[in-house]
Amino acid sequence: MKKLVISIVLVNLLAACASEKPKEPVAAPAVAPAAAPKESVAAEPAAVAVDPLNDPANILGKRSVYYPLDVDAVQDADKPIVQAHAKYLSEHPDRKMRLEGNADERGSNEYNLALGQRRADGVKKMLELGGAKASQIETVSYGEEKPKATGHDEASWSQNRRTDLNYVK
Amino acid sequence: MALRVLQGMLGFLLLVQASMANAVLSIEIIGAGEHQIPISVVPFGGDANLAQSIQEVVLGDLQRSGLFRPVDPAGKSPHEASEVNYADWQVRGTEALVIGTVTAQANGRIEARFRLLDVVKQTELIGQAVSANNDQMRAIGHRIADLIYEKLTGDKGVFSTRIAYVNRQGKSFRLIVADSDGYNEQTVLAHNEPIMSPSWSPDGSHLAYVSFETGHAAIYVQSLYTNQRILLADFRGSNSAPAWSPDGKQLAVVLTRDGGSQIYLIKPDGSGIRRLTFSGAIDTEPNFSPDGQTLLFTSDRGGSAQIYRMPVDGGSEQRMTFGEGTNYSPRHSPDGKGFVFAHRSNGKFYIATQDFLSGQVEILTAGGWEKKPSFAPNGKLILFASEARGRGILATVSSDGLVQQHMFTQSGDAREPVWGPHL
Repeated sequence: MKKLVISIVLVNLLAACASEKPKEPVAAPAVAPAAAPKESVAAEPAAVAVDPLNDPANILGKRSVYYPLDVDAVQDADKPIVQAHAKYLSEHPDRKMRLEGNADERGSNEYNLALGQRRADGVKKMLELGGAKASQIETVSYGEEKPKATGHDEASWSQNRRTDLNYVK
Repeated sequence: MALRVLQGMLGFLLLVQASMANAVLSIEIIGAGEHQIPISVVPFGGDANLAQSIQEVVLGDLQRSGLFRPVDPAGKSPHEASEVNYADWQVRGTEALVIGTVTAQANGRIEARFRLLDVVKQTELIGQAVSANNDQMRAIGHRIADLIYEKLTGDKGVFSTRIAYVNRQGKSFRLIVADSDGYNEQTVLAHNEPIMSPSWSPDGSHLAYVSFETGHAAIYVQSLYTNQRILLADFRGSNSAPAWSPDGKQLAVVLTRDGGSQIYLIKPDGSGIRRLTFSGAIDTEPNFSPDGQTLLFTSDRGGSAQIYRMPVDGGSEQRMTFGEGTNYSPRHSPDGKGFVFAHRSNGKFYIATQDFLSGQVEILTAGGWEKKPSFAPNGKLILFASEARGRGILATVSSDGLVQQHMFTQSGDAREPVWGPHL
């Protein structure tokens, strides 16, 4: 229980950084920063100490954007995240990003694959508008094939309607 | 949209137990057809173990079709036509009688000789021998069931056909080919990235499928005989939804190489790519009509996912589904007169069919998590992905909606099933 309280506090702290309130107290979106380091950013040498990507208080620590059902446009609340990464990419032309679009399980697997692709491509477009180069960005979709949460309910679905912004080598 | 919900399947629940030593699954049959033929299958003479196995396969097949009602032989065990006293069977109300013998031969093959007798007319309808290698005992049972089914219903049996599906267990995915009753699983591909959308070549020799093993959705075509495969399409983004043309000379696929998900034609060797749709929307899940002239597909161009139809040679695209809810995964019926699809409304997925001529929609299932339907090659059964007891399972429903069966595989979730062709 104590753990839960702590993580909620953390969630709120992080959400505050992004000047956005999570819709629900345990909204998964804000959990994403904790998972972000898996993309081996930490393994990058030299830059580690100053790289804002590694600063959990920085908006660049947010690596996921979320969507309503059957929507592929980046939501207003998440635009600052995408814009921050666009700026970072434009200032670091050597960095590359892989956008992974996902969908909840409502719809056919193939439709959801297409929907996830549209979500990832939509983020890519916004990154390019913000100064990133197309050659820095790869988009893929997992559709409903790699759900973060597996329940047949909105609590799970809202976590799965998502594009992950992952830095890659 | 006039939706007629067929609720006959709520009748009774019958457990058909797979009592084989290495049974990989259990099968539940729900509901009963309206005009079931009472049939008695007498345990064959000869090798007792083989006889029992064959009887189980034959009875299981006939029962799952929903068109037959087993009548217990009650200890009578004729093996030759001359041993049959028709009066014994008439009083039990059985109309068809199956007798025979099975022997293991010196060359390692099994031979079953069987007769199908008409109890009412007291005549022999079939007298035939079926043989196979001794590791294909179930194939003998399926073949006998096919012959009986065709003789008594007039439709070709599908018990000897195969199905393909994806088994997901945690993070591991396996592409599986199995007999139509779910037995004889063979793993075609296994790894820890998603596998989707298996599609049979018309001659049953190859599977096209989507695999994420390189980090994104790419389409492969694999021979089921040699296991050799080629990478059919691997453009930027997603490559998916392969569907063979009836002549096997091309596939319809969905690519995002030029932007959004659009439908293309491609030859089985990966050459000759030609774009078919030009919408700003999602166009996916193409499926050829049996005559190869038209495609059904799913599109959200009208604002929500619906089924559309277009000529393969280009031309106007026509919306097929209307009304509340969204619709996905269209597949033509083998006679080309209609199609089956997944219908979602009120938070549930249903398996439904629509007739081209009348436009009439029939909802065949009670609703739940039901996706990805495909017809058996005789058009009498529909295979789909369902869910029960918290697991993804394979299910079938008769095309009249009266009989359903649930196939529980040993472990993991069964997804993306598709019924293969007659071989």
